[in-house]
Order: sequence, then C-alpha cells, then structure tokens
Amino acid sequence: MAILVIAEHDNTSIKAATLNTVTAATRIGGEIHLLLAGCACAAAAAAAARVAGVSKVLVADAAHYADQSPENLAALVVANASSYGHILAPATTSGKNFMPRVAALLDVAQISEISAVESADTFVRPIYAGNVVATIKSTDPIKVVTVRGTAFEAAGEDGSAAIESLSAGPDLGLSKLSGRELTKSERPELTAAKVIVSGGRGMGSGESFHKLLEPLADKLGAALGASRAAVDAGFVPNDYQVGQTGKIVAPQLYIAVGISGAIQHLAGMKDSKIIVAINKDAEAPIFQVADYGLVGDLFEVLPALLAELG
Amino acid sequence: MKILVPVKRVVDYNVKVRVKSDASDVDLANVKMSMNPFDEIAVEEAVRLKEGGIATEVVVISAGVANCQETLRTAMAIGADRGILIQTDVELQPLAVAKLLKAVCEKEQPQIVLCGKQAIDDDANQTGQMLAGLMNWPQATFASKIVVAGQQATVTREIDGGLETIEVPLPAVLTADLRLNEPRYATLPNIMKAKKKPLETTNPAALGVDVTPRLKTVKVTEPPKRTAGIKVADAADLVMKLKTEAKVI
Ligand SMILES: Cc1cc2nc3c(=O)[nH]c(=O)nc-3n(C[C@H](O)[C@H](O)[C@H](O)COP(=O)(O)OP(=O)(O)OC[C@H]3O[C@@H](n4cnc5c(N)ncnc54)[C@H](O)[C@@H]3O)c2cc1C
Ligand SMILES: Nc1ncnc2c1ncn2[C@@H]1O[C@H](COP(=O)(O)O)[C@@H](O)[C@H]1O
Repeated sequence: MAILVIAEHDNTSIKAATLNTVTAATRIGGEIHLLLAGCACAAAAAAAARVAGVSKVLVADAAHYADQSPENLAALVVANASSYGHILAPATTSGKNFMPRVAALLDVAQISEISAVESADTFVRPIYAGNVVATIKSTDPIKVVTVRGTAFEAAGEDGSAAIESLSAGPDLGLSKLSGRELTKSERPELTAAKVIVSGGRGMGSGESFHKLLEPLADKLGAALGASRAAVDAGFVPNDYQVGQTGKIVAPQLYIAVGISGAIQHLAGMKDSKIIVAINKDAEAPIFQVADYGLVGDLFEVLPALLAELG
Repeated sequence: MKILVPVKRVVDYNVKVRVKSDASDVDLANVKMSMNPFDEIAVEEAVRLKEGGIATEVVVISAGVANCQETLRTAMAIGADRGILIQTDVELQPLAVAKLLKAVCEKEQPQIVLCGKQAIDDDANQTGQMLAGLMNWPQATFASKIVVAGQQATVTREIDGGLETIEVPLPAVLTADLRLNEPRYATLPNIMKAKKKPLETTNPAALGVDVTPRLKTVKVTEPPKRTAGIKVADAADLVMKLKTEAKVI
C-alpha cells in the first residue's frame, strides 16, 4: 500500500522537516504521496512536487486550511486515509499536534518520533529522554507515525511528482487563531543548522546572550540555542530551547556555554557530531559528553574565543 | 465549571533508567516514582483557576496500578478536590488512556480537560490530542498561558517558530507546557487534608473500555554512550583543535 506523508509548509515553501520525513517513508518502501493542505498554496505545492521519491502531491486549497488547525487538518487526513498503509508527518510542534488526533479518529495507535525504520511494521524510537531506545511493532492496519527529522537525511529536490487537487473537508470551526508571534532571525534554523551556539543559565542575562553569544554565532554562521533554564529566565524566546521537550538537534558542531548538561538537555543534542562545553565547574555533567571541554569563566572565555576567531 | 486533570505516575525525572539484561523492558524495580512533571503543572493551573473563581471543582484521574493512588493524593495536596483511580495492571498506551478518559468525560461532563503535554517515560505526547479527537472537541496543546472567560479559553501555545494564541470554545482539551506556571510545594497540612479527600476506584471493564495494547515492544536497549573527550587549555587551543583536528570550523 502507498504511504501518505503530510507536508509541513507555510503556503509558499515546504518546511525542511518534510524532506526528512519523506526519506523515512522511502525506508518503509512503497509509493509515496504528499498531502498538502493550505490556502493559496500553489507555490508550496510546486515545491512539494519537486521532492525526490514522491509520486503524487494531493493539494487541498481552502480558506479554512490557512491556519492549519489540528481539527480541520486531522479531519481531512482521516477522510483520505483509507487507501494508505502508513501516514507519516514530521515530529514538529505541528505534527505532534494533529497526528495523534488522526490516529484516534482512525482507532489506531500512534508511533511517536521514530529514529529508524526496521520494517514496514517495526520502528525504533527513543524513550525516557533518549536514555533508552525502544523497538516497537504495530499490529494496526494503518500505521500513524511521526518522524524525528535529525535521524533521517533530507530527500532531494529534483523530483517531478504529479499535482492533484483534493476536495476540502468541512470547516469544523472548532478553534480560531488570534495571533502568532514568530521569532525573526537571519540565522539558520536550529533543527537544520550545521553549527549551534547554545547558552544556559550561566549566561546570566539576555544582555550577555546578545553581547557575547550572538557575535560568536555570527562568526560561525551558527544558529542560537538555549537550555530550558535560560528560556525560563527570559534570556531568549521559547523556540530556542533544545532538549527533551524542546528541539532535537544534531549539528556538526554544538557549543554549550554555561549549560550544566541535565539529561533533559542532553536528550536534545547528544547526537551532535562534535560537542564543545564551556563551563566554570569542572564537574559539570556536560563534560561527560563533550569532545572538547574548556573549564573557565564564560565571561573571560567568550571574548577570547571571539578574538581568536578574528 | 469542572476541570478534569489526568495525572500519570512515572519514573522521577531525576532518575536515569536502565534496561533489563534481557532487553525486554526498562528496569523499574526500586526506582523512585513521581507525578509526571507536566501533570503537576496542569494540576497547579487547574487549582489556580479554582482559586481565581473560574473553576468550581478540580477532579484528578490516574490510570494504572494501585500505587497511582499516591499520585492522586499528591495532586489533592496541591489542591484538587477529589480523585478517580482507574485501576489496572495492563500496560496502558495513549489510545487506551484516551478511551478511558473519554468514558470518564461522558460521566463527569467537565468543561476543560487539562492534560500534561507529554509523559516523560514514553515521551509519546499523544493522549490529550487523542481524547480531543474522540470527543470531537477542540484542542489547545503546549499551553504557556491560559485565560478562561465565559465559554471560551484563550490559549498561548509554544510552537517551533515562537508563540501563537488561539481561542477555543469549551468544552475543550488543553495540554500544559513547562512555562505555564511553577507548581507550588504541597504543605504538610494540605498533605494531611488530601488524605481525607474522596478517591473513587474504578477499572477499564467497568468503563467498558478495551485497553489491549496495540503496540508491542520488541526490545529496549541503551543508546551508544558518548565518551568524554579532552580538556583544552584555553580559547586558542580550542580554536586550533576545532580547525585542525575536528575540522568543523
Ligand atoms: C519535564 C522536564 C523537561 C525538561 N526539558 C528540558 C529541555 O527540553 N531542555 C533543557 O535544556 N532542559 C529541560 N529541563 C530542565 C533541566 O532539567 C535543567 O534544569 C536545565 O537543562 C538546566 O539548564 P542550565 O544547564 O542552563 O542551568 P544549570 O543547571 O543551572 O547550569 C548552569 C551552568 O552554568 C555554569 N556557569 C555559571 N556561571 C558560569 C560562568 N560565569 N562561566 C561558565 N559557566 C558558568 C554552572 O557551572 C552550571 O553548570 C526539563 C526539566 C523537566 C523536569
Ligand atoms: N495512565 C495515565 N493516567 C492518567 N493520565 C495519563 C496517563 N497517561 C497519560 N496521561 C495524560 O496524558 C498526558 C500525555 O501523555 P502521553 O501521551 O503518554 O505523553 C500526560 O501528561 C497525562 O496528563
């Protein structure tokens, strides 16, 4: 049976996480269709048609898909589910929001945030903040699965799938979006960045993020991340949080500054290729996972580092 | 207005779990158990809504083994009015929990079900959304702010790009994120008082719910360990090593 992947997009382009999800679908094997629900989303549909490995893009274009409410999106997916053996979506805050609703309406379990595909019915996923990895077999007729982006490489964008329009489902009118405050940044997106500079409570203030970490990120072309403590303290916005309940990242280089290394933080970054830790406490647990540790006061180390990078 | 808060008994967040030597499951013998941290936040929020004169009753529910009673007592010590234990020794998966909660919702007719966003053992992040789907109710997940006025909740949600605010008519399912509030510590007098609050016990069969697991755990393993690397002397040494050894900058 074919696999349905739900595309994440902003009506004009496809979110990178969709590309990783398509790769997970290719590991299952079978024809891959992308479903895209949006409003005036022709540009996103054209981008979806270029995703390698996809044979068909199904587009539902209607005003009530503009905000992608989970109620309307789930109803549309469920109405189109019957000819598929698998339904996949990225394990982003959007996928995590509507996919369990899809699963419940289909009366099947959801397999959350898989990190590998063993076979068409068996998947691998981290549990307990990534301290344990479980291999899970599903007995349900339709497998509803969300996919951890960092665990699968991005699909190519040289495909040419057919675009078909799909009739929109009803507008359930169950929720209304009244505002979005999106963090604007010129920097790369955290989950796709090659280098990440992350600050913790040790940074002491939003001001020092601004004065010390931002220039470092700029020099390295890096994304900025943070621990929960730094976000809770209001140093940076919530979408900077890396960890069990924040973003899962796996860059080539992760520099943790003033972060102690709680398991909930490690859950989000321990798959990074190279980890650097800068911390004044030589006993901080972050040093147990760091390839390069620098014990010192970040207020002295960071200016020196900036100077070294020239 | 009645608020229902589902609370899960999980391995304490400070514990680093180990897997059993036969790789069948995690080893939970003698491990400290606590209320799921997100559920503690949900209970706190519900109690604040009651203290603010918006809610009239806060009912906490836990599904699982007999010891979930302790979790319910903890929630009542924070300020919940009564508890419901859905007792079973069967391993409960989110779909089964959602069906149990649906059965309770039909009986209790709450205006708000306030779940945690995620249980920190299975890291599933499903139950609230599933319940909303089964009830055909709106959902407002990952809440960092909840304002209830009349028959509507205005919820600020933490999303990948920042924050969004949605309005949902009640009844609805909301799920609590970390920054919704900071739960209070239960005081000794409140812990004593909680012991006398009503706690009703039922079970899946009495609620007419089949909780047979749909997912089978084939095996559990520990991920490859990262080993500690080296300490560098200073910033110059670090930059040199990143350039010539790791070749990442
Ligand atoms: C359910 C749950 C989910 C969670 N999810 C997440 C999550 O997704 N992400 C996350 O990050 N956390 C999460 N946490 C929180 C986590 O447990 C830790 O509390 C948090 O990661 C600590 O952040 P921190 O390392 O910045 O702060 P701290 O633990 O306070 O560490 C600060 C560090 O800075 C160092 N420092 C201080 N001053 C200096 C200086 N001048 N120079 C150098 N070093 C200095 C200190 O030595 C210390 O090691 C979660 C917790 C719970 C209960
Ligand atoms: N066995 C349970 N008993 C009561 N509530 C639960 C149970 N399992 C999950 N929940 C609720 O559902 C939320 C999300 O859990 P999960 O979908 O397992 O990540 C939790 O934070 C609880 O509010």
